[in-house]
Amino acid sequence: MEQDSNAQTATPSKVIGVATQRIDAPLKTTGTAVYTSDHHLPGMVYAWPVTATISRGTILSVDASEAQSMPGVLAVYTHKNIGPLYRTPPTVGFSMRQQEHRPPLENLEVYYYGQYVAVAVAQTMEQARAAAEAIKVTYQPETPNVATKLLGTPLTTPGMHPGSHRGDAAAAFAQAPVKHDAVYSSPAETHNPIELHATVADYRDGKYTLYETSQAVVNHRDVMAAVLGVPPGNVRVITRFLGSGFGGKLWPWPHSALAAACSHNLQRPVKLVISRSMMFESVGHRPAIEQQIQLGAETNGKLTAIVQNYVNHTSMIDDYAEGCGEATPLLYSCANLKITSGLARRNVGTPTAMRGPGAVPGLWALESAMDELAWQLKMDPVQLRLLNEPAVDESNGKPFSSRHLKECLTVGAEKFGWSQRKPAIGSMKNAQGATLGWGVAACSWGAMRSDAETMVELLANGRARVTCGTQDIGGGTYTIFAQLVSHETGLPLNKIDVALGDTKLPPGPVSGGSWTTATVIPAVLQATQNAVRSLLMLAASSPDGYFAGSHAADMEMSDGFVQPKGQPAKRVAFGEILGRANVKAVFGNAKSEGTLGRETKYSFHSFGAHFVEITWQPEIARLRVSRVVTVIDAGRMINPRPARNQIEGAIVMGVGMAMLEDTQYDPRSGAPINANLADYLLPVNADCPKIDVTFLDYPDYHLDALGARGVGEIGLAGVAPAIAGAVYHATGIRVRSLPIRIEDLLAAPQTASA
Amino acid sequence: MQLFELITAQNVAGAVKEQAASPTAQQGASVRFIAGGTNLVDCMKLNVETPRRLVDINGLPLDTIEKLPDGSVKIGALARNSDVAQSDLIRTQFPVLSQAILSGATGQLRNMASTAGNLLQKTRCVYYRDRAYACNKRAPGSGCSAIGGYNRNLAILGTSEHCIASNPSDQNVALMALDATIHISGVNGQRSVPIAAFYLLPGSTPEKETVLLPGDLITHVTVPALPSGSKSLYVKLRDRASYEFALASTAVVLKTRQGKIEHVRVALGGVGAIPWRSHEAERALVGHAPNAENFRKAAEAALKQARPQSQNAFKVELAKRCIVHTLTQAAQLA
Ligand SMILES: Cc1cc2nc3c(=O)[nH]c(=O)nc-3n(C[C@H](O)[C@H](O)[C@H](O)COP(=O)(O)OP(=O)(O)OC[C@H]3O[C@@H](n4cnc5c(N)ncnc54)[C@H](O)[C@@H]3O)c2cc1C
Ligand code: SF4
Repeated sequence: MEQDSNAQTATPSKVIGVATQRIDAPLKTTGTAVYTSDHHLPGMVYAWPVTATISRGTILSVDASEAQSMPGVLAVYTHKNIGPLYRTPPTVGFSMRQQEHRPPLENLEVYYYGQYVAVAVAQTMEQARAAAEAIKVTYQPETPNVATKLLGTPLTTPGMHPGSHRGDAAAAFAQAPVKHDAVYSSPAETHNPIELHATVADYRDGKYTLYETSQAVVNHRDVMAAVLGVPPGNVRVITRFLGSGFGGKLWPWPHSALAAACSHNLQRPVKLVISRSMMFESVGHRPAIEQQIQLGAETNGKLTAIVQNYVNHTSMIDDYAEGCGEATPLLYSCANLKITSGLARRNVGTPTAMRGPGAVPGLWALESAMDELAWQLKMDPVQLRLLNEPAVDESNGKPFSSRHLKECLTVGAEKFGWSQRKPAIGSMKNAQGATLGWGVAACSWGAMRSDAETMVELLANGRARVTCGTQDIGGGTYTIFAQLVSHETGLPLNKIDVALGDTKLPPGPVSGGSWTTATVIPAVLQATQNAVRSLLMLAASSPDGYFAGSHAADMEMSDGFVQPKGQPAKRVAFGEILGRANVKAVFGNAKSEGTLGRETKYSFHSFGAHFVEITWQPEIARLRVSRVVTVIDAGRMINPRPARNQIEGAIVMGVGMAMLEDTQYDPRSGAPINANLADYLLPVNADCPKIDVTFLDYPDYHLDALGARGVGEIGLAGVAPAIAGAVYHATGIRVRSLPIRIEDLLAAPQTASA
Repeated sequence: MQLFELITAQNVAGAVKEQAASPTAQQGASVRFIAGGTNLVDCMKLNVETPRRLVDINGLPLDTIEKLPDGSVKIGALARNSDVAQSDLIRTQFPVLSQAILSGATGQLRNMASTAGNLLQKTRCVYYRDRAYACNKRAPGSGCSAIGGYNRNLAILGTSEHCIASNPSDQNVALMALDATIHISGVNGQRSVPIAAFYLLPGSTPEKETVLLPGDLITHVTVPALPSGSKSLYVKLRDRASYEFALASTAVVLKTRQGKIEHVRVALGGVGAIPWRSHEAERALVGHAPNAENFRKAAEAALKQARPQSQNAFKVELAKRCIVHTLTQAAQLA
């Protein structure tokens, strides 16, 4: 076993760690789960935004005269009549998060293509859309800047910002006997969950109810209260189900304020669902990034210097910094390290977090560079990584709570058959004669908990109910809550109701950072224990109850029954105890403090390794990913089934990142020009490789009582560099600019050396 | 989308009469036939096509696939792409057509898409599909935004300074290689146009894509029997494994005799302003041995006139490899 300051075997449980079908699966498979845009409120009308067709300049005029007289049209709003929409104030700590701070229709300036310049409201969606299309807007355009060259171009604040550093990286790199120095770039990537962003806003009696596509209802409420200028208590935000978000739905975007303002102005519920092309414009994207990586090493492969300088693009109006240096300082042992970064303004919408922000693009560069270094050293890339394993987190000197990267690499190598690897370029073939390429990369993602509150009720009808203002974005959070309550009470999952996604409930965490599961564990366990304690007290204290005269301390809840400790023969169903005592429900509340933003004793991170096989047919320049073996060290899996889904989905997304995804901005108009699912390529079923996922499943008890960390994001990190490494192995072509395309590989020899 | 009226055609003559009320059968027609609707409705949602009247032809008896006495096969204008691709007649006589259709779109789309609708599907040029941009095909005289813009998927053969759009179809490439004939009912009765004469190069009028005149209804397509012993094959190259239009594709019909190529058709997709028959490649092959060197020569000849744009120079080499590979595979079938 590797570094593990809390190595213990997992506590046995009938539900924790057991592969469990999502409790909401029947609702989803029967189409009865109500998603945001499924809400149809009485009297509801529809809003359709008008979007800017320039990416820089000023609005000269908005002519809505034709639109206003079209059938069904109720109103057209511009900057003149939308009413007050406020900016959010700066806040202390992790609250009131927003990416695009400018309220929609604030003034006549246009900063990016697709910015909202007006909105039409009508009786039907079609009427609203037709009206929006009939609104004539004239502009004074200026030449936009959407250049993809970033390093070496002017930055928001002059000079690069210092990041993590130790030793003297520049000197060590200069003196290193083996050096690698290259620039890696990745394009703007657009979140494309199938569910479009939507808001159904219902304003009445001074209060707003907002049905949202949100990964963070509590934050959404706080932001919208500030934007609308009302107390947070006057805003309720609901997201019962989410058709995924990938980070794009973490923070509120301008359409939400537009819908709320329309509802306020018209005193009617308003539905606004954005279009697929708007998804590419005004709801964030992963920014384009250029990263220079310098690696210095001894001839034996020991790293002596790591330098990472990177610039990401941001919008003209907001500073979004992609933390590409997230994993770099702790992945390998190296005495000298320096990270710097900068932001370059472009006429694009404001970027935002996309699955594994920072680490995913950061590791694209670092792990590609490690692969290149291994080639230079003529060393097995797995060995190079094993050799540079650190003893502690060298960025802060803290011990890792639990780190098993070496085992990820060795187990993965074994499962993949890495020992069969022939290093010569183009030397491996499959049975059909196609060339094979093998690649490997490590990955890492931070682990943490934020604050959470929950309530658990045990009801006289024999059911339990657990509530929390977090949300299930498709990853299986509903089921995790039920499992946690079941773990403490012994109740079967089908007797446990879970309510999430509503700010009326006790405030819960954002669904981001892969921290939801770890975050809610302490609060749910504690709340359940409190509810059980209350139940036992009731059982003992009811004068004509089943256990009159006993002491609560001598009783327990087991398998959903109350009994004197260790005496199942005397057990009574807990609902009967409540019934006889004439009590409707016993409650337990709990609030847990997170690690986020607080000093911790340990460095909490998850790790993993991807082994990739690509198939290359040079005669037709056809590249496909054929096989991926992934080993993940992300603490204990509470529910291995959706956990596996997360990693598998992330690997498929990684295939897209490596070979397909690329938001292209038209250099003249500044528009994301491939803003549809035919031109913005994502992997389809036929692109999915054979995937083999292994979880090491070491519990991390320093983070929470069940040892869970989180798996939402880590699976994407490392896939692209592993693919790029495999492509090099097959073709001899090193692609440092994503995505890897046919045109990059045509120079590869057509008859590969045997 | 503009408001429109939907009427149902009772018979071919009625349908012809309805569409003849439009001043054109080309871009911007005010009356349109609707078959599967998978392309037309798409364009209407984007306000790129704004017909005032749609004539639903799906009830007309034009959906059969049958063998004619002369050995050719008749494919009804409304025969669905799925039915054509799965038809035993087509699969055995014209594998290239079945393969081409199956390489396109998705199962759901092919179930709706009709033979005639596919013949007439519009380019995937992103500027054509967005009214915010200048586009000579959509708004004649406004300019071509694709030149110097996003043109990775556009054409390198047959383009003009007014339009560089590619014809995106797979089916049409196979029909080119098969010397298909398109049968039309018009205001002046029936006529037949060989597919080689059906499409118009963009020149200075990219809005005119075919020889169709107001009222013209495609009733069926005929495909003549191949010379006995011919083999046919379709190969499509693209970034992802499915559900993407061709970056380059090749349809080949090949017959060899005594070590020489006797009959050959080479048609290209994804690279031409129209489904592209390469007479140059065919000339380089007929009478010669079916070997790697001659295939490469044919590929070079086919792309000699290529005029790549800012983002699609790679298509020249990709198309060449596609031609060589398809010929090589077809020769191995033979
Ligand atoms: C997402 C997507 C992916 C696709 N991928 C591919 C691909 O990879 N390869 C490929 O080849 N295609 C692809 N297609 C295009 C598809 O093949 C076409 O949309 C389809 O063939 C059109 O047929 P339809 O019957 O639906 O035509 P419609 O949309 O009904 O009509 C198209 C045009 O033909 C006219 N028309 C129809 N019938 C007649 C007739 N009998 N006489 C005269 N005019 C007529 C209509 O008026 C209209 O102008 C794709 C389409 C989509 C939406
Ligand atoms: S290539 Fe043709 S279709 Fe595309 S913008 Fe130019 S004129 Fe229009």
